[in-house]
Amino acid sequence: MTVRKVTSKISRRAFLKGSITAAGSVVATTSIARAAKSLSSEKKEPLVTLLDISKCIGCEECVYACQEANADKYPEPQKPFPKMYPSRVPVQDWSDKRDVTDRLTPYNWLFIQHASATVNGEEIELTIPRRCMHCENPPCVKLCPWGALKQEDNGLSRIDSDICLGGSKCKKVCPWDIPERQTGVGLYLDLLPAFAGNGVMYKCDRCYNRLEKGEVPACIEVCPEDVQTIGPKSEILKKAHALAKEMNGYIYGEHENGGTNTIYVSPVPFEQLNKSIENGKGKPHLNKVKNMMSDGTNLAKAMLIAPLAGVAAAFGKFYLSSKEDK
Amino acid sequence: MKTTGKLQKYIYAITLLFITLSGFGQMPIFKRYYIADLPGLGWLAQFYVTHIMHYIAAIVLITLVIYILFDFILNRSGLNRITGTGYFKIAILTGLIVSGGLMVIKNLPNIYFGHTAVIVLDLVHLSFCMMLLFVSLYSVIRKKRWVS
Repeated sequence: MTVRKVTSKISRRAFLKGSITAAGSVVATTSIARAAKSLSSEKKEPLVTLLDISKCIGCEECVYACQEANADKYPEPQKPFPKMYPSRVPVQDWSDKRDVTDRLTPYNWLFIQHASATVNGEEIELTIPRRCMHCENPPCVKLCPWGALKQEDNGLSRIDSDICLGGSKCKKVCPWDIPERQTGVGLYLDLLPAFAGNGVMYKCDRCYNRLEKGEVPACIEVCPEDVQTIGPKSEILKKAHALAKEMNGYIYGEHENGGTNTIYVSPVPFEQLNKSIENGKGKPHLNKVKNMMSDGTNLAKAMLIAPLAGVAAAFGKFYLSSKEDK
Repeated sequence: MKTTGKLQKYIYAITLLFITLSGFGQMPIFKRYYIADLPGLGWLAQFYVTHIMHYIAAIVLITLVIYILFDFILNRSGLNRITGTGYFKIAILTGLIVSGGLMVIKNLPNIYFGHTAVIVLDLVHLSFCMMLLFVSLYSVIRKKRWVS
């Protein structure tokens, strides 16, 4: 488990910030301002982020920028936690492990995954920023029984921590198991804490509040290598394909779970990266993912036929009975 | 005629059972309370299965309701035959189908419902469900029929 003290975080940040600022602050500021302006004016098409893995150096600047930007959204649980029944209900407490950065936690919504691969006979190390994929049709949002999650028309999905009861259904239906739970916080404490709910779920909200102000998400703004780009879907997909063609690379996220608003481009096949990365709890895989909502969508179409079938059956019966009467 | 009526009753009862189980299965309660550990009920803890089951049961219910409605109209059975309990259950079923239909639309890709609208829909659908269960239970206990 990678744990970094706050003190070292500050000094490292200061160091990196100093050198990066000196190198290209003017260029960065101008491009970010341009991106922010375009984000505020283009609301109809979903916004998509493009991550060029070949550029990522694994400096974790995005991780700490995320923590800094979202610190006021993090849970402050009340202790001791109320006793929950039955005993199988797990207590999940990350409040004493807030510095963990090598996996997703309620206090760390973005982490860097490490992979090694062989390209042209040469062994290379790749680092991949991982967080919520912000699916086009997010099962977490659509299947939450309380409507605690919301999807905005700019394509981001987020959890309302004031409404979430921490049942963890969003995590179970998420193909990447992204949301993480913190016990001892949220609405369930005011309802029946012993018998229903178990805290609040947390995940990347793609800095919705920054986007509302026309700013880009913190992880994008801070990246010294410009790994991430954000923009309208059609534009980003065009860029992703051009980039993949240029590096003879591969794309992940375009078709996974029926399409996501996060597109990774890598010089190495994702099947190969998936074998190399450490995955498990809080560490999402890079497998191919089928559209988890497609069965429901197909049945919804069948539901349109249901009334017609009912009418047809009634008329059929009426026709047969009137024939019998004759 | 009697056979059709009985068949309708059985289909309605089985649909109601599955739609209720799969509906409550949308909430993460069956595993927590060991119900999904009972033989044959493991599917209640699998959210994609309960989701699909709920949709299938809804398709059967909508087909049945529309069939009975049109059968009633075509046979000129007379609205005055419907009992008070019957009217009440019809109103609840209509509410359930309309709110459920809106939730199905909400779940389609590229559909964005307002956050408050989603919460209201969830609560309204759950309330109609509870009402239908209580009224159905009352009807069974007090032997209240749909039509006189």
